[in-house]
Amino acid sequence: MAIFIQQLINGLTLGSIYGLIAIGYTMVFGIIGMVNFAHGDVFMVSAFVALLLFMIFTTLLHWALVPALLVVLVLAMAITGLWNWTIERTAYRPLRGSFRLAPLISAIGMSILLSNLIQVIQGPRNKPVPPMFTQVIPIYEENGYVAGIGYKQIVIMVVTAVLLALFWYLVQKTPLGRAQRACEQDQKMAALLGIDVDRTISLTFVMGAALAAVAGVMYIMYYGVVNFADGFVPGVKAFTAAVLGGIGSLPGAVIGGLLIGLIETMWSAYFSIDYKDVAAFSLLAITLVFLPTGLLGRPEVEKV
Amino acid sequence: MTTISSMPLLQVEHLTMRFGGLVAVGDLSFDVARGQITALIGPNGAGKTTVFNCITGFYKPTEGRLTLNHDANHHYLLERLPDHDINWKARVARTFQNIRLFQGMTVLENLLVAQHNTLMRASGYSLLGLFNAKSYRDQADLALQKALHWLERIHLLDRADDAAGDLPYGDQRRLEIARAMCTDPLLLCLDEPAAGLNPKESLELNTLLTGIRDEGKTSLLLIEHDMSVVMTISDHVVVLDYGVKIADGTPDAVRNDPKVIAAYLGVDDDEVAEVEAEVGL
Repeated sequence: MAIFIQQLINGLTLGSIYGLIAIGYTMVFGIIGMVNFAHGDVFMVSAFVALLLFMIFTTLLHWALVPALLVVLVLAMAITGLWNWTIERTAYRPLRGSFRLAPLISAIGMSILLSNLIQVIQGPRNKPVPPMFTQVIPIYEENGYVAGIGYKQIVIMVVTAVLLALFWYLVQKTPLGRAQRACEQDQKMAALLGIDVDRTISLTFVMGAALAAVAGVMYIMYYGVVNFADGFVPGVKAFTAAVLGGIGSLPGAVIGGLLIGLIETMWSAYFSIDYKDVAAFSLLAITLVFLPTGLLGRPEVEKV
Repeated sequence: MTTISSMPLLQVEHLTMRFGGLVAVGDLSFDVARGQITALIGPNGAGKTTVFNCITGFYKPTEGRLTLNHDANHHYLLERLPDHDINWKARVARTFQNIRLFQGMTVLENLLVAQHNTLMRASGYSLLGLFNAKSYRDQADLALQKALHWLERIHLLDRADDAAGDLPYGDQRRLEIARAMCTDPLLLCLDEPAAGLNPKESLELNTLLTGIRDEGKTSLLLIEHDMSVVMTISDHVVVLDYGVKIADGTPDAVRNDPKVIAAYLGVDDDEVAEVEAEVGL
């Protein structure tokens, strides 16, 4: 039982990170029907940006931990947003209106470019940050094994929940969110109502990247290290989460992320840690057999 | 010096649209006058919707010029504007033959999304909206008022929160017109607004359209097959056949034009008999 509780907490933490990345996939897919394969690497870049900023603020400027982290979070969101905006402008927008696979291939190229760029300028080794929020609150004890929730796990879950709520409000209630949903359904019609579709798409990329940056900050806080190849596996997992939840659906992405996180940690605890990825992907395969549009995806009904 | 009132709102000059070897519209010129309802009619395949698609930026015309005159000093060349500026700057709105509402959004949201640019500006690109700033709330109130005003006019006030796709066909048509009107257009292009409506709905539509015209802010250009609608409400009729203008004038003049009658009804049977006799059938 103690192990179960511990793994539940670990799984939710990991799932929060996956969910944040998955939203970037699901939003971009929703609005332009493209799988942004570079998104995992954008997440990795954001972790590096956060790492550098964190070192500048704590080691060079001797700020306290909490204000430094808050500033790092905001700056990392802004810088990564700008970064993804540039990617969209240079690699995807010129290919819009071209054949469907063109932006997809461009995204794969961008993914390779980003990971190699970071490898060249930051080196291939793991980059560490000093451990932070190491305290653990014990919550359940059984036969000498104590299950606890770490401060950083609390921070991750709270920050994720707050940002998701904010984001949900942005998409549901503000003009920008309305325009995004309109573009999702009919870009041409949206343009005829005066909506600048290109700009709306750019802002979608910025928003997705900003949430990936939150995940990046949480990632270095949780694991303490990051290297240039760390974008790939979380990226693929988050994509799986987006598909599992129903690609195009925001709550679906979060639920998918939490599910993938939980399955991984539970499988590691009770079966074999080597096969945790197999478990996660098998679940995806099984779900898609029975629910081809994912858990919350709407089937597309074409009126004839 | 032309005064504003005498200058037409939209001038279509030598518009030609070719698709490969097919000439969909050939050297078409006509004017849409301010404060009037202009109807564009013609048999199926005459190129009416192609003209609309050129005006609203779906197609770039092969040749020709489309000028929208706001006043003596402000002119917009529609064929050169990016899609969204045709609505936002030149202030042209349009509806479709096959309705294109945002089906998944609510009726009210459909009307609010049409006021996107003003709201976006007031909300500081949604950032102030997040903090619920007063300037944004005021603007959002105005937008809501306008949306409700139009909902009342099209009798859909009680369905504001339903998904637009769930409305009956006739209501969807009127909602699409209301959505276009929420962008404050100077020119409203309606592609077969009466198609599929029953006589009662058709009559309501007439009232709605003449009401819009009589308010004086918006001029209308409509494509219509329903002659009872065309002849009742339009001030000016342009007739197309095979992409070429064959008549242009008041409804009465057009109705009695032999070329129009021939285009719609074909030539008389005895004329066919004459031709057959000539070729020796």
